[in-house]
Amino acid sequence: MEKLQCTCGHINPPGTILCESCGRSLTKEEQNKKLVDMRYEGTARRSQTYNKSIIDKIWNFFSSVKVGVGIIVVLLVAAAIGTILPQAQYVNVPVRNEATIKAYYADVYGEIGKLYHFLGFHDLYGSIWFIVLVGMLAISLIVASLDRFVPLYRSLKNQRVLRHKSFMNKQRIYAEGAAPEDTLQKAEQKLKELKYNVTLDKNGLLAEKGRFSRWGPYVNHIGLIIFLFGVMLRMIPGFYVDETLWIREGETRAIPEAPGYFLESEKFTFETYTGEGEEEKFGEAIERVGSVAKNYQTDVVLYQTPEQSLPGATDEMERVKEEGIQVNQPLKFDGYAVYQMDFKLNELRAMTFDLTNKASDESLGTFTVDLVKPEKSYDLGNGAKVDLLGYYPDFSGFENGEPKTATPVPNNPGFLVRMFTPETPEGEVSFIVIQNTIEPLGENQYKLTFQGAETRNVSGLTIRKDKTLPILGLGGLIFMIGVAQGMYFNHRRFWIQQQDNGVVLLAGHTNKNWFGLKKDLDQVSEFASLPPYTDQQEEIEKLEKLKKEQRMEGDEVS
Amino acid sequence: MTLADLSSNLLYVAFLAYLIATFVFGGAVKGNKEGSFKSEGRWGKIAFIITVIGFLSHLGYFFTRWGATGHAPLSNMFEFTTAFGMTLVGGFIVIYLIYKTPVLGMIVLPVALLIIAYASMFPSEVSPLIPALQTNWLAIHVSTVVIAEGILAISAGAGLVYLLKVVDMNKKSKQRFWLEAIMYSLVLVIGFVIASTFFTLTDYQADFNYIDKDGNEASIGYNMPPLVGMNEYTSLTEDAMDPFFETPAVINAGKVTTILWSFIFGTILYWLIRLIARKRIAAIFKPFLKNVNLQLMDEINYRSVIIGFPLFTLGGLIFAMIWAQIAWSRFWGWDPKEVWALITWLFYAAYLHLRLGKGWQGEKSAWLAVIGFAIIMFNLIAVNLIIAGLHSYA
Repeated sequence: MEKLQCTCGHINPPGTILCESCGRSLTKEEQNKKLVDMRYEGTARRSQTYNKSIIDKIWNFFSSVKVGVGIIVVLLVAAAIGTILPQAQYVNVPVRNEATIKAYYADVYGEIGKLYHFLGFHDLYGSIWFIVLVGMLAISLIVASLDRFVPLYRSLKNQRVLRHKSFMNKQRIYAEGAAPEDTLQKAEQKLKELKYNVTLDKNGLLAEKGRFSRWGPYVNHIGLIIFLFGVMLRMIPGFYVDETLWIREGETRAIPEAPGYFLESEKFTFETYTGEGEEEKFGEAIERVGSVAKNYQTDVVLYQTPEQSLPGATDEMERVKEEGIQVNQPLKFDGYAVYQMDFKLNELRAMTFDLTNKASDESLGTFTVDLVKPEKSYDLGNGAKVDLLGYYPDFSGFENGEPKTATPVPNNPGFLVRMFTPETPEGEVSFIVIQNTIEPLGENQYKLTFQGAETRNVSGLTIRKDKTLPILGLGGLIFMIGVAQGMYFNHRRFWIQQQDNGVVLLAGHTNKNWFGLKKDLDQVSEFASLPPYTDQQEEIEKLEKLKKEQRMEGDEVS
Repeated sequence: MTLADLSSNLLYVAFLAYLIATFVFGGAVKGNKEGSFKSEGRWGKIAFIITVIGFLSHLGYFFTRWGATGHAPLSNMFEFTTAFGMTLVGGFIVIYLIYKTPVLGMIVLPVALLIIAYASMFPSEVSPLIPALQTNWLAIHVSTVVIAEGILAISAGAGLVYLLKVVDMNKKSKQRFWLEAIMYSLVLVIGFVIASTFFTLTDYQADFNYIDKDGNEASIGYNMPPLVGMNEYTSLTEDAMDPFFETPAVINAGKVTTILWSFIFGTILYWLIRLIARKRIAAIFKPFLKNVNLQLMDEINYRSVIIGFPLFTLGGLIFAMIWAQIAWSRFWGWDPKEVWALITWLFYAAYLHLRLGKGWQGEKSAWLAVIGFAIIMFNLIAVNLIIAGLHSYA
């Protein structure tokens, strides 16, 4: 395409509608309009100019508002579909894998669940097509913004004061008529009072206010792009840590993904509202619901090993701080945060047994088995001894005669023991689980009686590090600034020209809030005795309304 | 009288004031036959003063309850929904001060009444905060959201006035159907209130055992006659009615029953109104809308969105994300409530692009504003009560 030369001599880029210099309409279509289209100052937008190559087509596709809104609507509908059934991450299955999750949807939700899972809606927000849609939205944000911003910026930066009459009289606010000699000086004075930037050139004046509001949409789009970029960064290792740590009271454990840091749990507390004293006013509510949680808290000590020490060496640990981690009050250190997320009350810690003679009920002594670190053998003195042949912390039954454990957590401990007494020096074998004893090798003379158990609480903590948060925050902030900038301010301009014959031309434009523009102009007009202006848009509308009414009356008559 | 009692009495006063103001606003608009704006001005002013008294009382409810519970009263369905009614009226008061539009009051106040009535169907006793809610972010996040939603609802109110004025109720059209559907759904809310109140006053109670979705035995109490039974239910209450059919385990038949009763009462009421008025409900409003300035309604619609949208972004997304990061260790987790907040935000973003980029003004904009309100209500009602998630506090 060729560059366009205006009659004023200025050479405009191809696709320009209004001459960048004087404002004359450059296309036939524009020339025939009663008012000029000022949306992008009549500049050449790439998307409106080229449509030949593939790149043009792609550019034009993404720069369209219609396409942008289309993507938004598709995303919106997709997001809604994802809430019909719970997402896989919120589904409760004992063992988490593809098969169990698939089975869960089929079992619990039937045919609909099967279909939902088949279509991939169970992991909708992590699915490729959803991410592609978000990516398309990002591209649309970038392309549509560049397509409009670049020419608009160029045009507003190189504004001329003196415009051709055909530009001025096609503005919505227009005045033409006689005015006193000093009208330009007075207008300048008043406009400056109203905080306009005034530029003079020969016999003309350009007053401008709030140009920055024109950048609002692009600023908020930049904010969104920064936000999406931040979200994308989390996929890069090192930016983002998300680990779970189960820690028992009294334990000290290395914090996953935080080298050199250790956490000791001193105590886990779970409190509910009592409805007494201060809380009496809540009595009714507590009674209705049963019980209401008041606090989940893990009291911890954070340790750090000195830098020069070997990895894993814990003997030189230094105490960093002591804190109670509560919901809404994570422990923070070195860019990490540790959250109170889950708990398990009263996990078995140790069990105490008594070696008893079945016939006489006589006790040969007691011993305690630490369920985390059980010993191989317990000597009760006087020739009595219990050997622990096998320990099954979470006994789940026998397989081929062998006892099995489901997990290493002592939920349902099982013990295979050999009991030695002076009476039975060969030893008697017994298998003990809670409330049950099996004697696999025949009737025994002795038994282990359960005396008591020690329990402790377990805290489920989440360890997070998210280096992208400042980027996301920045994106959000820029978005809000852009929105405010574009929505709550407006760009107002007046062009005034004093012609040789004493006639003054005046045109006004704003990107929104014409009421405010007129209020400004009324003040200036009065002060500088400018000719009375008309709102040409309103005139056109009035005319159309009149025509319509006449037509309707005509209909009634005929 | 304790602070809590004072609080609930103030809420009654507010409700009553809004009720009276609705009719005075209606009278103010209707009384103006010849297009003389005088009566509208006088009666409008009286109605406005009553509204302001109601609003002050409503504010009184809010802050006395805050004092009584020790936390911002925004922590459950009753409190949030009541506050939503309050911000809606607050938004209207601001608009009235700027634009003097009694007709908007005639539409917005009944909606506020419905919202408060709906709120009072939920347990309203003061309740303690669970650990996740024990932070100042509760007040910051929820109050910003509730103000934003109140303002966005004003845009829908202006949109509704616009539609009631322009949609031709004498000619069959899609517009007429959907406009009447909006009115019908508002009547359904009354249906819900009537059904709940009726069965509460008659003290209805029926208990059942059933098998839940994980195959465990569970029990449920119905406060309304059980039209629909739970999965493999057995009745525990003698002479309770026998449910007509049984639902699969994933569906809570108790809630289905409540919805059905609301439909039954609401539909009966709807047809009663139609039979008495001998026209569609949307048509009943026609005589009140003679003097409506459509351009002004469009302006209010748009203004409300450009104030409500940034506020919603701030409260519903930004503050929400900050709090989620502190309480749940992640700023975003695709919880249904979060997703619907995003949907609301995307919807209003589309609204703005269509309006500013494609010139969708007037009627199109009015429809969009009403749809936006429907999305907000869906997030408030359906997401809390039907779709289970982290935000199900009621």
